[in-house]
Amino acid sequence: MKIAVQTEPFDLAAEVEALYHDHPQVGAVASFLGITRDRNDGEGVAAMTLEHYPGMTERALERIVAEARSRWDLLDATVIHRVGALKPTDPIVLVAVAAAHRGEAFAACEFIMDYLKTRAPFWKKEATADGERWVDARESDDNAAARWVNRLAKP
Amino acid sequence: MNVRILYFARLREAFGTSQEAPALPADVATLGDLLDWLRARGGVWAEQLGPGRAYRMAVNQDVAGPEVRLQDGDEVAIFPPVTGG
Repeated sequence: MKIAVQTEPFDLAAEVEALYHDHPQVGAVASFLGITRDRNDGEGVAAMTLEHYPGMTERALERIVAEARSRWDLLDATVIHRVGALKPTDPIVLVAVAAAHRGEAFAACEFIMDYLKTRAPFWKKEATADGERWVDARESDDNAAARWVNRLAKP
Repeated sequence: MNVRILYFARLREAFGTSQEAPALPADVATLGDLLDWLRARGGVWAEQLGPGRAYRMAVNQDVAGPEVRLQDGDEVAIFPPVTGG
């Protein structure tokens, strides 16, 4: 398991390859790449700053991955989240999950992202034409995470 | 009792500080008591931590509710709902 919170960019191909290289039991890697957009709530976004709670953020991400591993048969997982200054088109978050089969990999990848959005202490501040503003939490993100509460690992 | 209190994001800006380590009066026993004590400062404290305002709390880096009892040396954090990803 790899958990990283960093200002530097990451290498998607290298991170995914690390999950299956030398691991012949891996049959599937599902990955999600979150990208900084140039619009939010109908307004142009020129730049963004990501703040986090050092220590608690890493612990929260470790717990989310541990919860995913308790629900699905996973072989490995990587979560990398960038902090600091970001601009549109910059990758911001990577979640990649390795499993023997695609079902577990797809489901766990989506689960980890849904929980990250609502449980990991990160905060976005956007720079718009009207100045800077903190991004408000979305109810749709809470609903996405809530879907998993009573959901069994496998159908 | 002494605790360290961390503030993040919108609350850090509103309060004009990222952390403080106040000596708490003896009647502050729980996280809820601490919130009451902070609100009693009035101004932005009463406003930002007032009814209807959305914020979260953690004690020693675990999400915590107002019923949690504080201990000397605890790291408390107060922050807005999270918006990462």
